[in-house]
Amino acid sequence: MSELAEKILKGNLRSIGRAISIIENDECNREQLIDEIFPHTGRAVVWGITGAPGSGKSTLLDGFIADLRAQNRTAAVIAVDPSSPFTGGALLGDRLRMQRHATDPGVFIRSMASRGHLGGIATATADAIKILDAAGYDLIVVETIGVGQAEIEVVELADIVVLVLVPGTGDEIQAMKAGVMEIGDIFIINKKDLDGALKLKTEVEYVLHLKSNNNESEMNPVLLTSATRSEGLLETLRAIDDYLSRMQADGRLATRRQQRIENEVRKIVNAKIRLMAEKHLQIDQKIKQWAQQIGKQKQAPYALINSQLNQLLKDS
Amino acid sequence: MAKKIRILIAKPGLDGHDRGAKYIARALKDAGYEVIYTGIRQTPEAIVKTAIQEDVDFVGLSLLSGAHNELFPRVVELLRENQADDIIVFGGGVIPESDIPGLKEKGLAAIFTPGTSIKAVIDFIESCRSKIEN
Repeated sequence: MSELAEKILKGNLRSIGRAISIIENDECNREQLIDEIFPHTGRAVVWGITGAPGSGKSTLLDGFIADLRAQNRTAAVIAVDPSSPFTGGALLGDRLRMQRHATDPGVFIRSMASRGHLGGIATATADAIKILDAAGYDLIVVETIGVGQAEIEVVELADIVVLVLVPGTGDEIQAMKAGVMEIGDIFIINKKDLDGALKLKTEVEYVLHLKSNNNESEMNPVLLTSATRSEGLLETLRAIDDYLSRMQADGRLATRRQQRIENEVRKIVNAKIRLMAEKHLQIDQKIKQWAQQIGKQKQAPYALINSQLNQLLKDS
Repeated sequence: MAKKIRILIAKPGLDGHDRGAKYIARALKDAGYEVIYTGIRQTPEAIVKTAIQEDVDFVGLSLLSGAHNELFPRVVELLRENQADDIIVFGGGVIPESDIPGLKEKGLAAIFTPGTSIKAVIDFIESCRSKIEN
């Protein structure tokens, strides 16, 4: 085992920080490192926390961490913020809200820029979770970028998804739409002191009733919080823990985790196939040729692509 | 592809004037760097723990209260104690010219005083790139 992997397993902060950069930069020892630490993963619980920009995700998390630490649980946070599509730069400001935990040895916070990845998280997030898991944190929280309606990739990484909503963002039809509303396990209505918070809670519960066919025991919890006043946080924490126990008892957690592995394997294989296609078949150059034929000579696109690909497979 | 440079902008000490820190954070983001901002009133310990967890290449310290001669070198010292002295530390704020040589002696790589152009800061960062990439 490499020295770096050994230090990660011992919880060395410098090594954990370095390892996440190795993943983010896709440095040459990334795959070996993940393989080394993988046998030591699977112990941590992974939350995803998602919601619109400014809904209070980081501030809620700051409060949750304080309560978790009071229960002697350790926590690591991966806070994702967007990279600029123009300059590649990013201003990572989530940890600002959690900075009171900076010197707590039971808390690790890492800001992560999305680096062009869509879906609310970064390409490196999945492997960064593994590093933090192997380092021994009890709970790992992935805070997504501020999302709109469709950035739902966090559901592929998390054991449980906490969706943060705020009043004043539309009626129950918004809550019935496809996308982000469908991935929540726990619904938080934050900024509960604002007008419309109770109305929103009723509307979300109405939609969740429809989803669960009025079966109370299957209903997703909906909680009111005020992150800045630290109200409703302990109740929410309890609801999350209860929900996770239920998921564990009825087998949903195990199914979800297996599904997560399958998704990851599929992604890795797809990426490798693409690399192989480029390396062995110079596919990129051929795509340019085919595009010429299709664009300039108006050749039928599907017929051309199908016959060319078949030819390539035969030749290789 | 060039390595993505990560920079922590931190405000040690007790002054709450963070316009300069926010300005530089934003400008460095626009220059294509990944910038993490700590907010005001950070202890050197919190800054160093943050720099290590975030695995930054630079820590930029902003201070207007006059405590730079104590707090800036303390950050450098703590980084060294945590085997993180490869992280480059620079400072900015209301710092008398006469204090600059002393700060550089104690490990501050650069000091930027009021009126410095953002280009000077970027030039400084880029001049360190080869050192970081090795």
